Amino acid sequence: MSYHNPYTPPRKSATFDDYTLAEIRRAAATGIYDIRGAGTKRKVPHFDDLLFLGASISRYPLEGYREKCDTTVVLGSRFAKKPITLKTPITIAGMSFGALSGNAKEALGRGATISGTSTTTGDGGMTDEERGHSQTLVYQYLPSRYGMNPKDLRRADAIEVVVGQGAKPGGGGMLLGQKISDRVANMRNLPKGIDQRSACRHPDWTGPDDLEIKIMELREITDWEKPIYVKIGGARPYYDTALAVKAGADVVVLDGMQGGTAATQDVFIENVGMPTLACIRPAVQALQELGMHRKVQLIVSGGIRSGADVAKALALGADAVAIGTAALVAIGDNDPHWEEEYQKLGTTAGAYDDWHEGKDPAGITTQDPELAKRLDPVAAGRRLANYLKVMTLEAQTIARACGKNHLHNLEPEDLVALTIEASAMAQVPLAGTNWIPGKGGF
Amino acid sequence: MPIFDLSNTPLRELNSALHALSKGANDTEFEVINPRGSHAVAVGIDSPVTVSVRGSVGYYCAGMNDGGRVTVHGSAGPGVAENMMSGTVVIEGDASQYAGATGRGGLLVIKGNAASRCGISMKGIDIVVHGSIGHMSAFMGQSGHLVVLGDAGDALGDSLYEAKLFVRGEVKSLGSDCIEKEMRREHLEKLAELLERAGVTDVRPEEFKRYGSARKLYNFNIDNADAY
Repeated sequence: MSYHNPYTPPRKSATFDDYTLAEIRRAAATGIYDIRGAGTKRKVPHFDDLLFLGASISRYPLEGYREKCDTTVVLGSRFAKKPITLKTPITIAGMSFGALSGNAKEALGRGATISGTSTTTGDGGMTDEERGHSQTLVYQYLPSRYGMNPKDLRRADAIEVVVGQGAKPGGGGMLLGQKISDRVANMRNLPKGIDQRSACRHPDWTGPDDLEIKIMELREITDWEKPIYVKIGGARPYYDTALAVKAGADVVVLDGMQGGTAATQDVFIENVGMPTLACIRPAVQALQELGMHRKVQLIVSGGIRSGADVAKALALGADAVAIGTAALVAIGDNDPHWEEEYQKLGTTAGAYDDWHEGKDPAGITTQDPELAKRLDPVAAGRRLANYLKVMTLEAQTIARACGKNHLHNLEPEDLVALTIEASAMAQVPLAGTNWIPGKGGF
Repeated sequence: MPIFDLSNTPLRELNSALHALSKGANDTEFEVINPRGSHAVAVGIDSPVTVSVRGSVGYYCAGMNDGGRVTVHGSAGPGVAENMMSGTVVIEGDASQYAGATGRGGLLVIKGNAASRCGISMKGIDIVVHGSIGHMSAFMGQSGHLVVLGDAGDALGDSLYEAKLFVRGEVKSLGSDCIEKEMRREHLEKLAELLERAGVTDVRPEEFKRYGSARKLYNFNIDNADAY
């Protein structure tokens, strides 16, 4: 009897999958790591892994469309003479003119203003257009200090001292030469066309004791009027939050690894920092232990996409959230309308992340005047306002179902987790059990 | 002349008085006594006032100065005249780290020595140090001039952009992409002007060497990876 070896299909390695193999070949061909925009693309435990319980016999709900569910948030009530009040707890995260076109910045300002929320400058300073179109503007104080000046500090509504960013805790930035127009170069005091590095550390302070003095200096310069935020990446949220509070912050902004960047090494984005979900509870715990929860406000960002995400972040203890990537999508980033052009760039709508190259077909992450013209800032601002409104309504819908007349009344007790990982990170029970990993009771 | 005694007057009163001056005010000379190492003395000045500080100050004295003339009759802590826009700051003694950090304009004169990272990330400020400066000075300096009558520490001008550095004494070592450059006539003229404005009379521009960026790291090149 002859023996026939039965057919076995070719087997690809799970470790060396197609993407990994392509990356090895790309590295071998080019000799340089991959730089890209946006946040992590890997799957991490997230708000999708949490569910609200809703009302029941022991918890009664509020009537949709009738009974009020307040969404206002006050930021900066600890020390600032002029805290800011927002109509919705969804703010726009810091993104620079330079990384984004002037029209895109204007659209963000317009959308935020219609919605009664704040927008934020980025590395590169404040533009007149941005100030003019943003009713409430947060001015970032970054290590590079590009465009930093006392006049803009005084015309800002709040100041955000940036220590870290979720996409790259411990990393600086790089705006490549092709995005350096005359105006961008002038704002940053550098020659046109060269790569502009954004430092990873502040030039004139290191550590929490120095930060305390730096914050005091900024308050003195602005006569103690402005709320001062401290933005941290998702690295050591318990300690960083405690140290920011100790240093005198009015507000802590906490950005998880799903938070975007204009340009960073892919290896950094994918391998440094913690998911947003893992960051919130340690930060809230630090605030509670210091007796500062709700006194120092916590803004959470990194992967917020819907009103459900907003409600979940708030239920875990945040006072507000910030959106960056989602806001760019709302104004037109990665829109299938430009599919043909995305294909020419070797990508597809939804996957385009070469924001640093300045060739964005949607005219958002570019300084090319022809491309930038494609974005109508008025219409784009309207889209952002619509999106913010939908998210706010969604969060209210959930809050009412949980019987809350303010979004801030949502609690961890309203949540369960779908996975053991999310249960451990969010410190809410695995659905159908009373078990939280690490909390005993098993 | 208003006198603020920081041993019994809150710092807030000094800084708010400096910010509250109306345009064209006559009484623009301030004196600060007993600073005793206070931080953020005379920060955020936005008019052409004159401030004399009798003693030593802590962090960030004259931070973001825009048009004032501040003289510290003592030494200054870290970050003196950080992000200065315009005006003049004179330190009669020594200055700690990060003197003139990210300064965009104006003149900072340090009559003693300056510690490490003097002129870090400078963006247009002119700094004249009568003594010596510490390591990593003018790191990532973008524009402006740093003049040192004494010596410079390790890694001078590391990752330098377009700031111009003039050192009269020894340079312990140069940082990445910083090289000695030809001293041309326009540099000698600029140096003479800076020395004069800084009150230096017994030193000639020809005694200095000029350092600047080799501009090899301006656009990322993998073959330069060893330099980063």
